[in-house]
Amino acid sequence: MNMIKQTYRDALRDGMSEEMRRDAEVFLMGEEVAEYQGAYKCSAGMLEEFGPKRVIDSPITELGFTGLGVGAAFMGMRPIIEYMSWSFALLSSDQIINSAAKTYYMSGGKVGCPIVFRGINGLGKMVAAQHSHDYTNMYANCPGLKVVCPVTPADAKGLIKSAVRDNAPVLVMENERLYGMEGDVPEGDDVLVEIGKARLVREGKDITLIGYSMSALQCEKAAEMLAKEGVDAEVIDLRSIRPLDKSAIVKSIQKTNRAIVVEEGYSFAGIAAEIMAVISEEAFDALDAPVERMSLKDIPIPYADHLEQASIVQADDIVKKAVQICK
Amino acid sequence: MAVKSAAKKKFNLVKSLHNQFTKEDLLAQYESMIQLRRFQEKVGSLYQQGYMGGFCHLYIGQEAVITGAKAASKEGDDFITTYRCHAHAAMSGISMEEILGELMGRSTGISKGKGGSMHMFDPDKHFWGGHGIVGGNVPLATGMAFAAKYREEDRVTLCFFGDGAADSGAMFESFNMAALWKLPVLYIIENNHFSMGTAKERHAAGEFYKRGEPFGIPGKKVDGMDFFAVYEAISEACEYIRAGNGPMLLEMDTYRYKGHSMSDPAKYRKREDVDGIKTKRDPIMQLGNVLMSNYKVKEEDLKALDKKAKEAVAKAVEIALDAPKADMAELYTDIIQSNGEK
Repeated sequence: MNMIKQTYRDALRDGMSEEMRRDAEVFLMGEEVAEYQGAYKCSAGMLEEFGPKRVIDSPITELGFTGLGVGAAFMGMRPIIEYMSWSFALLSSDQIINSAAKTYYMSGGKVGCPIVFRGINGLGKMVAAQHSHDYTNMYANCPGLKVVCPVTPADAKGLIKSAVRDNAPVLVMENERLYGMEGDVPEGDDVLVEIGKARLVREGKDITLIGYSMSALQCEKAAEMLAKEGVDAEVIDLRSIRPLDKSAIVKSIQKTNRAIVVEEGYSFAGIAAEIMAVISEEAFDALDAPVERMSLKDIPIPYADHLEQASIVQADDIVKKAVQICK
Repeated sequence: MAVKSAAKKKFNLVKSLHNQFTKEDLLAQYESMIQLRRFQEKVGSLYQQGYMGGFCHLYIGQEAVITGAKAASKEGDDFITTYRCHAHAAMSGISMEEILGELMGRSTGISKGKGGSMHMFDPDKHFWGGHGIVGGNVPLATGMAFAAKYREEDRVTLCFFGDGAADSGAMFESFNMAALWKLPVLYIIENNHFSMGTAKERHAAGEFYKRGEPFGIPGKKVDGMDFFAVYEAISEACEYIRAGNGPMLLEMDTYRYKGHSMSDPAKYRKREDVDGIKTKRDPIMQLGNVLMSNYKVKEEDLKALDKKAKEAVAKAVEIALDAPKADMAELYTDIIQSNGEK
């Protein structure tokens, strides 16, 4: 497969654009997506290519334009709704959870909702507590939704394309720190990444490090550091939180017999807690040590850079913990 | 007395319409209204007998609104409403058996027993629910109209909600977008004077029909107890919207005779107030009076329609009760629409 070097933001844009060329029923609506070219430039050039009918600047009224997108999706359209931040999308959570997620079931399968909600999630850019929060667990908790967290440019493109084609509502949790990162992206309009499949980032035999979004990158970095200490870590990027690729987790634990789950979200009722439950239910006998989790500090996220960084699990922390467990 | 004179004034306004219908057409409207009434009464009594659970919001007293709207709209126009949805579902063509089946958790229910009283849908009949969060259906309707405009289809979305929802941010956000993008949506506030148990004077500042004014959305207050007034207002509004002018707003001045839901004894209002409306403004009585005075319909003919409605309701109840309970196998279906399905 031919590869091109691309940033995450360009890969996202290409993914959306390809789907819009393929299907006239796809439109992009959100805060600053058109004239401004995207608050984070993820839709650069799209207004020019598709025109104002299909690339639409919304007012900053998340509840309203999310509900509008859901109503259009009820009619069979395939909207992509972009939020400047998932923190703002809290205002629209009624429409995401009560309308998008539940109507298919409540209608006995009569009214579907093929919609994509996407935007930046998480933290790490000194924007303080109201703009710094990982909402993945909140939405993944709700039946009727799919939730994906692409980390690489290739996954950003492949998953946004799958999300647009999916008949279910799909939430794409991005991160501002990822947008500028470069990676190899396969060429071709029909290269999809299947929703519900984890990515095996690195093979290893001593311990499994499991992360998603930014924490998957920390795990990868930690694994490289651990190699120098003689610990051979396997790294799994969950990539899709709901549906969750349980078999990839179980298979890895059966090989390594040890695991750390890392998250840039809060620990209480969080994603790591869910992964630990899965391991306990389905791979308990394979464990040689208790599964550990490393989460965001249980505080509203502070502004100052060093304080913010201190609230995030760093690769060094993962290395220390992994060495302890493997000792 | 104030109520009476106001009603009279409105009634006179649309007198010109009284002779525009054929006798058969108007009798059909009467039949729809009396059937909605008898059906809702039966639902109330079945609820009290324990045949259903959860919330149940009856539409008794407000029948002229949905009947007039259905008569004034075109085939292919889309309807969406709140949790008080039985009458809107029925007028969209969902059968009483399917509605009762849903209320009683039967396999024949329109939502297979998974939606209940507040969540009934049939896209083939252009009925889009049935939504439980106050104000929640207003942005949805706006999106349906967005789709119609995007696809250049000649269809108007008729969005019904109550005076409670008319205070919500969801509604104002919707108005802003609908006006900005000239979307073909008709917002219909069914002002039954109570936001659950809180009277209009205590929950809402300003006038409902003026809610769209800051956005340039024309609004009109309509006697929602008068079929002709509703018919005329919605006909005109749909024409205005179809011409590409963007959204319009109608406030239907109506009244619900029962409590907000079955658990509400409605102690926040006086019995005389309800009785006054029932005897002076009842929508079915008013239409019956026009039929008798202008169309030479006899009281016995109307009574016969009432009897027919009661029989149809009784028959539907019988069929619904005969149906098996909702299938356990449906518990885990319809959660995520798979990618093979259209």
